[in-house]
Amino acid sequence: MAKHHIATTVNGDPVEFLCETQDTLLDVLRDQLGLTGTKEGCGTGDCGACSVTVDGRLVCSCLMLGVEAGGKSIGTIEGLAKGDSLHPLQRKFLEHAALQCGVCTPGFLVAAKALLDANANPSETEVRYWLAGNLCRCTGYDKIVRAVLDAASEMRGA
Amino acid sequence: MRYEAPSSLEKAVALLAQAPGEARVLAGGTDLLVQMKTDLVEPELLVDIKGIAELRQIKEEAGGFRIGAAVSGAELKEHPRLKSVWPGIVEAANLIGSTQIQGRASMGGNLCNGSPAADSVPALIAASAKASVVGPKGRRDVPVEDIMIGPRRLSLAKGEIIASFLLPPKSARTGEAYLRFIPRTEMDIAVVGCGVCLTLDSRGVCSAARVSLGAVAARPLLVAPAAAALIGSRLEDAAMQRLDAAARAACQPIDDKRGTKEYRIKVAGVLARRAAQIALERARKS
Repeated sequence: MAKHHIATTVNGDPVEFLCETQDTLLDVLRDQLGLTGTKEGCGTGDCGACSVTVDGRLVCSCLMLGVEAGGKSIGTIEGLAKGDSLHPLQRKFLEHAALQCGVCTPGFLVAAKALLDANANPSETEVRYWLAGNLCRCTGYDKIVRAVLDAASEMRGA
Repeated sequence: MRYEAPSSLEKAVALLAQAPGEARVLAGGTDLLVQMKTDLVEPELLVDIKGIAELRQIKEEAGGFRIGAAVSGAELKEHPRLKSVWPGIVEAANLIGSTQIQGRASMGGNLCNGSPAADSVPALIAASAKASVVGPKGRRDVPVEDIMIGPRRLSLAKGEIIASFLLPPKSARTGEAYLRFIPRTEMDIAVVGCGVCLTLDSRGVCSAARVSLGAVAARPLLVAPAAAALIGSRLEDAAMQRLDAAARAACQPIDDKRGTKEYRIKVAGVLARRAAQIALERARKS
């Protein structure tokens, strides 16, 4: 059957794509739109590497179909930095060495940004629970949590 | 695979009722997409129900609430009235998966996925929730405990959809709670889950109760003898011991990687007591 023609918004830009019913939003972002910052980890919603926002809501893009994206506003890791200027979360991840291999990092950053958009002053416990669906298999979580808290602190001061 | 996103229940029901092959309802997709990816299900038709108004709303109705079956966990948590009136249900739904999962997963999906370990289901059963089922023959309101009949098996007929859940008016001095046990603090599936809803009379004696257990049988259980252990008591130690024993006696669990039969039975009694204690404190404050 014919492919679906979908019009949506990604990082503020209007975007159109064609997809099959079974193509996930993750497939579309990476393979059709060339936005390969969003990673596939488990592909079953356990690891959070594919985190994006849909109308401001944090979701796993591997658990959403491309056809469901019509008329929505999608936010991906590519939307975090403004040109050459890194988002404070990105800067703090670098400063705190909160990444090693980097595969989980886009998901952590998108998830952390969704947290700070909803709660500018989260406690360490709130950060840890919010990020429980993002798995990192090399850095360990302490540096990530510290980077998020430090970024939140800087953003509140700004 | 065909994808349809009807804007009305009538259209959704017609699509499902007339589908020649396997058809699936798509709500949050957090279970369905995983099952499709692993070829556990291979539907010919997906009916996305999120464009239907009733399925996406939380409304106060007839002194209670009507919660759309496709409302996400995150949306439940953000509804201030629902959270204050039925905290146990909101907490149960919010135990499902991660923040990302909460952005999509719904109670309708949690129930219709047909897992005996679904977290929101014992909380709904304890609260006397009904599922408002719409199908080719019209609408019927079904107690939630009558929807699941076994693992992955539902009592719904072809073409029937759960449109919403009805929570009854909450009587004075009523409290409810849901607790689950998992070996870690987040992101796991219940070894045991227990929902308790109880009402106190003006003297502080339990006048009504419902106890529901998850993950200890082929379907979530409504355990009448466990409720009977509480009714007429002030939830003193002896009543809590009777509750513990009745909860354990109702269990027919399996051994699996999450726990042995013996362990699940033991934990069911403990969780029932702890959930009853929280429900008691909430009833006293309400």
